[in-house]
Amino acid sequence: MRAFSDWQTNKPHDERVHDNEQVTTSNKHQVHDNVTKRYAKGREAMKPAVFQYVRPNNLQEALSALRDNADAKLLAGGQSLIPLMNFRLSRPTTLVDISQLKELATISVSEGTVHIGGLVRHQQLHEDEQIREVLPVLSKAAGEVGHWAIRNRGTLGGSLSHADPAAELPAAMVALHATLLLESADSAREVPAEEFFLGFLTTDLQDGEMITSVKIPVPAPNAKYGFAEFARRPGDFALAGAYVELSGEGGTDAVTWFGVSGGPERRELSIAKETSDRAEQFKELAEEFDPVEDPAYRKHLAVVVAEQAYQQARKGQA
Amino acid sequence: METFTKQTVQITLRVNGENHSVEVEPRMLLADVLRHEIGLTGTHVGCEQGVCGACTILVDGAPERSCLMFAVQAEGREITTIEGVTPDEGMSELQASFQKHHGLQCGFCTPGMILTSEALLARNPNPSEAEIREALSGNLCRCTGYQFIVDSVQDAAAAKAVNHTNADGGSDKEGA
Repeated sequence: MRAFSDWQTNKPHDERVHDNEQVTTSNKHQVHDNVTKRYAKGREAMKPAVFQYVRPNNLQEALSALRDNADAKLLAGGQSLIPLMNFRLSRPTTLVDISQLKELATISVSEGTVHIGGLVRHQQLHEDEQIREVLPVLSKAAGEVGHWAIRNRGTLGGSLSHADPAAELPAAMVALHATLLLESADSAREVPAEEFFLGFLTTDLQDGEMITSVKIPVPAPNAKYGFAEFARRPGDFALAGAYVELSGEGGTDAVTWFGVSGGPERRELSIAKETSDRAEQFKELAEEFDPVEDPAYRKHLAVVVAEQAYQQARKGQA
Repeated sequence: METFTKQTVQITLRVNGENHSVEVEPRMLLADVLRHEIGLTGTHVGCEQGVCGACTILVDGAPERSCLMFAVQAEGREITTIEGVTPDEGMSELQASFQKHHGLQCGFCTPGMILTSEALLARNPNPSEAEIREALSGNLCRCTGYQFIVDSVQDAAAAKAVNHTNADGGSDKEGA
């Protein structure tokens, strides 16, 4: 069977052959009928391939479903997975829909640690008062993820497990010393963010595991963070982005880049006070990266965003 | 736990205040079900990968992409489409403002633009130009260059503010 687009070519009717049927000018009505039928078929043949849909009522049910169905994928916000499924680049046999599990969508701060559930939406993270208070840099970065409609659905756990190299939140986790809690039906383990991201779209997440929450230490009072990114249009994935951590007198500073390599790139250093020295420092570090596209330009941007993030950090506000 | 292995499932979607019972496959996108099963073709489908914003609808009042959501996931949610914000007669304030300011040409992006703007004005009745541009950054328009769209939303916000002031001033008006 040919693609529907065959009908849009300007071939003479006698050259149009569909389903082994010779169509001539004498049966124009037949052509029209076939178009209508084909359209009707097209309606049914929606893009994602067939899958078994599972809607668990709680975390345990979700983890059991993940364990019991090989090749099952979690459906959280779906803002990365569903596009892939629409193009059939991803064809999971089972989808475990956790998007309604409110128990995973909580944010709390206790004893110097921020706990963020894996199902917290980007917009929720962006607007949350506690996050604005203790981790303003994270609030700002979450507001830069995609667009409003995307942020209303996309989740923290989804972004971290997808691990797009140009995404804001995986790098934020590395920059903020986050620890990820990974749970499966039979076990649970904690992994520091810096060890979780292994490279381009690749993480330490094992079959049957879910990122159920992350914990981030509340920064020390004298620590300052800044964040900056460069994208061609608002909401696009960044061509380069950086978080800068200034630890205060005597401590070690750090820059965490994203978009310039296969994953978040954290480098510790003592950031120079002089602008020209700083530029040299950033340039030297950026030289190590191996961006896929336009390497010289991306390395240049890495220096630019690091300086912008540094200036933000200096002001003490993300 | 519910597991749907059979081909189709019966679900009830609440769209524009009305319940619709539809039979869908779990893989059917909400945008397609709204258009083909319920017949609400005002929801436009452009890129089908979450980039263009034409299929934007309101889910519990917040803009979301109906092409990046399966219809089965919309059960129990309050869905609003462009049909739901259009009066039986005439146009809404926002729609009239889009007409007045030439905020559309081909009109393909307009339902998504209107719904995102409705959600913005519901949260922020007096948005700045920057806030309007930020809110609408996820809705692509290839005709207008956006300036007239921004003008439309700003004017609609201003008109609403005037109406509310009048309503507050007149004690005989409903809701004053």
